Amino acid sequence: MCDTCGCSTEGGVVLRKPGETGYHLHIVESDHESAIHSHDEAHRHDHTHHHHHEEGSGRKVLLEQDVLLKNNLLAERNRGFFEARNIFALNFLSSPGSGKTTLLEKIIPLIVPHSPVAVIEGDQQTTNDADRIHALGVPVIQVNTGSGCHLDAMMINRAVKELELQNNSLLCIENVGNLVCPAMFDLGEALKVVVISVTEGDDKPLKYPNMFHEADLCILNKIDLLPYVDFDALKCRENALRINHHLEWLEVSAKTGEGLDLWQQWIKSKIQQH
Amino acid sequence: MHEMSIALSIIEAVEAKAREEGAERISGIDLVVGKLAGIQPESLRFCFSAAAKGSMAESALLQIEEPEGIGECLECGRKFPVSFCYAECPECRSLKIGIVSGEEFRIQTITIEEEGD
Repeated sequence: MCDTCGCSTEGGVVLRKPGETGYHLHIVESDHESAIHSHDEAHRHDHTHHHHHEEGSGRKVLLEQDVLLKNNLLAERNRGFFEARNIFALNFLSSPGSGKTTLLEKIIPLIVPHSPVAVIEGDQQTTNDADRIHALGVPVIQVNTGSGCHLDAMMINRAVKELELQNNSLLCIENVGNLVCPAMFDLGEALKVVVISVTEGDDKPLKYPNMFHEADLCILNKIDLLPYVDFDALKCRENALRINHHLEWLEVSAKTGEGLDLWQQWIKSKIQQH
Repeated sequence: MHEMSIALSIIEAVEAKAREEGAERISGIDLVVGKLAGIQPESLRFCFSAAAKGSMAESALLQIEEPEGIGECLECGRKFPVSFCYAECPECRSLKIGIVSGEEFRIQTITIEEEGD
């Protein structure tokens, strides 16, 4: 269908768990909800008044409905569940290859002594990322979006039911690597974290403003490579803050561990404020 | 892009409403897509025609109204047109701008064809 990323329903969304080769769950939205809206007799009677209309003129019906209403309602359900269980959910967003999974691999062992952690991994295909998180010994589920380019609230709703989430825990949701589409879909998270790396351009916030506009924290990753690339960290930060003046900013290297302590403190303080 | 899944959710919403109204099919859909909503109307039209195949909205005419972006300075209160979700206030040069219009994304009305019409 869509040439850019091939979004379509044909791909089908599948949940997978590392270490459980037999586990495989398709997410299919039932038609049940729309089926129950069948018209009743009173309704039909109403419509007879319109029969004098010309052939094919039709009748206008006011909807005034937000296109993302269904996703937003489900996201709020997820959010309510997280609040009730005191689960702090972070939605990680970035282009492919900026180091989201490596950042999670580095930060999770630092968080686990203080609070339980679980992870939802979003990718079009493979359980590669979930396998890496599974190796850390924390609960993880992989959502394969098939040809879809983003996670939505329904996928999180289903994934959460398959994950044994503990009360007072941290839930990390790693979205599909894509700086465009995931910005529009609320998952029910507490905060959004956008990751950018120094091997990308420092004008990225200007090129993909929606993502930076929606984010709460921006992590600049791979700062160990700064001496070798033409990336101006200060300029990038300025660009990001022009888009979103509430955006918080951290500079880290998942490889050397630089800045991870500050990020850990950030998570800790946000959990306390939550 | 995300326009495909958006097109599918529009069809789902309009079909539900049309069934509720006892309609046979949908001949028109009026959308409001603000210029700052992050949706490409051309892309949405393209995806819509593919997504609508076999649905009640298969032959529906898609009308898209695109409200302009309007920002409001959070420092001095001046309102001015914006084409991006960041801007500088033309009055006081502040970068603290709130968006008051242009982020709309809703299904406004549908035109339905009923039995016997």
